[in-house]
Amino acid sequence: MRYLPLSDGDRATMLASIGAPSIDALFADVPEAARLPGVIQDLPLHASELSVERQLKAMASKNLVAGESPFFIGCGAYRHHIPASVDHIIQRGEFLTSYTPYQPEIAQGTLQVLFEFQSQVARLYGCDVANASMYDGSTACWEAIGMARRITKRSKAILSAGLHPHYVSLCNTMAKFTGDTLVTSTPTLADGAPGDDMAALLAAIDSETSCVVVQNPNILGHVGDLTELAAAAHAKGALLIAVVTEPVALGAIKSPGEMGADIVVGEGQSLGVGLNFGGPYVGLFACSEKYVRQMPGRLCGETVDAAGQRGYVLTLSTREQHIRREKATSNICTNAGLCALAFTIHMSLLGEAGLRKLASVNHARAVLAAERLAAVPGVELVNGSFFNEFTLRLSKEARPIVRALAKQGILGGVALGRLYPGVESLANGLVVAVTETTSDEDVERLASALEEALA
Amino acid sequence: MTINPSGWRPERALAANDESRDGTFTGNRGLMLEEPLIFEIGDTESCGVDFDAVPAVASRLGGLERSASIGLPGLSEPETVRHYTRLSRQNYAIDLGLFPLGSCTMKHNPRLNERMARLPGFADVHPLQPAETVQGAYELIHVLGEWLIKLTGMKSVAMSPKAGAHGELCGLLAIRSALEARGDARKVVLVPESAHGTNPATAAFCGYSVETIPATKAGRVDRAALEARLGPDVAAVMITNPNTCGLFEREMVEICAAVHAAGALVYCDGANFNAIVGRVRPGDLGIDAMHINLHKTFSTPHGGGGPGAGPVVLSEALTPFAPLPYIEKKGDAFILVEEETADANHSQSFGRMAAFNGQMGMFTRAMSYMMSHGADGLRQVAEDAVLNANYVLRELDDVLDAPFGESGPCMHEALFSDEGLAEGLSTMDIAKALIDEGFHPMTMYFPLVVHGAMLIEPTETESKASLDQFIGALRSVAERARAGDLSLKSAPFYAPRRRLDETGAARKPVLTWQGGKSVD
Repeated sequence: MRYLPLSDGDRATMLASIGAPSIDALFADVPEAARLPGVIQDLPLHASELSVERQLKAMASKNLVAGESPFFIGCGAYRHHIPASVDHIIQRGEFLTSYTPYQPEIAQGTLQVLFEFQSQVARLYGCDVANASMYDGSTACWEAIGMARRITKRSKAILSAGLHPHYVSLCNTMAKFTGDTLVTSTPTLADGAPGDDMAALLAAIDSETSCVVVQNPNILGHVGDLTELAAAAHAKGALLIAVVTEPVALGAIKSPGEMGADIVVGEGQSLGVGLNFGGPYVGLFACSEKYVRQMPGRLCGETVDAAGQRGYVLTLSTREQHIRREKATSNICTNAGLCALAFTIHMSLLGEAGLRKLASVNHARAVLAAERLAAVPGVELVNGSFFNEFTLRLSKEARPIVRALAKQGILGGVALGRLYPGVESLANGLVVAVTETTSDEDVERLASALEEALA
Repeated sequence: MTINPSGWRPERALAANDESRDGTFTGNRGLMLEEPLIFEIGDTESCGVDFDAVPAVASRLGGLERSASIGLPGLSEPETVRHYTRLSRQNYAIDLGLFPLGSCTMKHNPRLNERMARLPGFADVHPLQPAETVQGAYELIHVLGEWLIKLTGMKSVAMSPKAGAHGELCGLLAIRSALEARGDARKVVLVPESAHGTNPATAAFCGYSVETIPATKAGRVDRAALEARLGPDVAAVMITNPNTCGLFEREMVEICAAVHAAGALVYCDGANFNAIVGRVRPGDLGIDAMHINLHKTFSTPHGGGGPGAGPVVLSEALTPFAPLPYIEKKGDAFILVEEETADANHSQSFGRMAAFNGQMGMFTRAMSYMMSHGADGLRQVAEDAVLNANYVLRELDDVLDAPFGESGPCMHEALFSDEGLAEGLSTMDIAKALIDEGFHPMTMYFPLVVHGAMLIEPTETESKASLDQFIGALRSVAERARAGDLSLKSAPFYAPRRRLDETGAARKPVLTWQGGKSVD
């Protein structure tokens, strides 16, 4: 019990000061029937540091580590190299072990970081303002739909077929309870532009529509132009919500804001955060300035102190749950602070020049990989355009192939059958992600393993 | 130990207009450094990362290449490290001293947990890897869930909620699903006024109307008022126990029975579970759903505001409605139950709450903490947390008003009010003066049921010596506030910033960097 500093002597002295005869007396308000008489029996007792390390390492060693295998999995979470100094800085106790900056005079470090983060995200997304982060991209997506409902006073949201199916699933869950109507569709593997039937999507927008939610690059890796969609939404009084699950792409392609999106949300995990088996991640959320009071989440703002010095505080809290209770814009009372810090440090190390370079490396390696894999007999590249992720049509169902590759230690991508179970038209689709961490040798190993599996 | 044995105090507090404050050329003072924004020191050409050569290929971006400048500043690696290290020094943190925020449990964050969370087998695995390649990750989530079930005496646990408030949402969605499954469309959620602000926001967020239940003069839920309001339109009651006044809800068993008899369910906000872990199982009190803030009870670091993790334990009645995905043990293997694989046990699941499996990084840290403590250590956690809180309450109740000082022992936190402070001085002034004494202030003005509330949660990882030092400091500030020392109104004098203009910040929000020289 190395984390508990009180000695038995301390405890006796303190009980005497309180005037309590025993520790049990301090639990006097607990009903007799609910008092545990002693230590819970079927849990282990305390363990040494060495013992805990051994036990957890034993569990960890059962997993196939991404960095130790040819790795091609994306679909909403991406493996990128994180500079060593990112993890070093976020482990400084003053960042790691601080709380929400409710006392701004002694939390300027966290607050200035959040202000830098908001400024970076707004620029990356091409929006006026950004918040101090959300749980992750998927929850940010649902919050954006709620925000569009509040702004437009309409509750029909159109979700594009290229939106990550887990994001769609989450939105469907929530819409059952909030009464929103969601229009969803299944993606197609149309040659050149897989994902949406754009004509159908445009036709679905009507005067009841609160928003159109579109992911770019989409779940199949397709990079699209959102301008026409934005114009069509605006013409009907609806908002365009753009979702970006791979922020590195924005080092190479036009920002959603530039293409007319009103709200842009997404996953920031690619920059500084790591895979972490799904979480914690960092949700990014930005919008036009005119909508800022309808925004969910925390906001950090610039101000001055009593001596006239510039400083930062949490602001516009009258939107939030601790003041507005049931009328708040959201029930969220946290942000992914430490992940936002990691994002900001990584982004500061990259800068614009570095982000563009990182994007170029990703794209170039992905193009080479796509060409190599498409040369495998039984493999076709579906995408005309893509950034670092693309879809292959295999001559056989992709799920067993992925499992067979995994047996050889190759994590060869995501079979669309896993994301869209039961959808026959997608069963042969394999989504492959390539980043700066993917080596030529990795691609060769995947290509030859695919060739063998498809033969 | 003796507090400040020399009795030394600064002769004169620095006034707001003291010219010596900004009297250096750089704006720096000794080791306290003024640090500009990255936008003011970086530029779009600088970069702290080297890349391998980019292969020359034709673009496949479909004509959507970015042309305009993004405006993102970069710094070299040494500049980046220095910038963020300097900023870090403007933060108070639990590693620097006691952090007595009530209801927030700022405790020691063991570095073993950080080391374990960074094991590549947990940190460098993708949520969409084939199940056979992540058996250890599934195992950790499963084992952690088993610990939570045993510690709470509940039937099952939903691991995917990403924070406490997300856990509340999970619990209420399960409740609403269970009610709807029996054809019962109840529309009202009752929330005691001492509840966290997230509770009513959550209830509204999943489509309920919210009604408030008052607290008694003794600081507990008014059971008579609650029972009088129960009826066929009430879906659930959301109770915090131990509550935000720091008290155990003595009548929890009777309240749960009355709620169940009225056909409704009980949600418990488990944010304060650290006060009872190993001594009380919430399941034995009769609750139906409760979230556990892993970051509070099981020491995962707050990181300046998050991330958290909010697994929800569920009663038998709610178990079939738990969210997906779900990890189950089948024989020797672990499987991930998703939409397509949901069997009869999960066919009534209300669906997915987030894209992936939950907060693995937080799970690893919490697991490491729980294994370190074991069942015996966790019981000791509750005992020491409660002992420390009661010690603070009794050592200060002669200089600060304790409105519920006679309501029985406090649990994890000691609550004081502003009663007895001299005219013109407030809780805010005490809090800001504590900063000058080297402490992070307690929670101010919460719960709302107490005027000028000061909520102090010392936690179990504070030594008696550190408590005595804090008690001495707060006592001295309280005595000055009772005596009418108006200099408190200008505190803090020695922090990186003096009092910040929060009203001005909200009136004209500046949320992003507005300058333009360096990066455009």
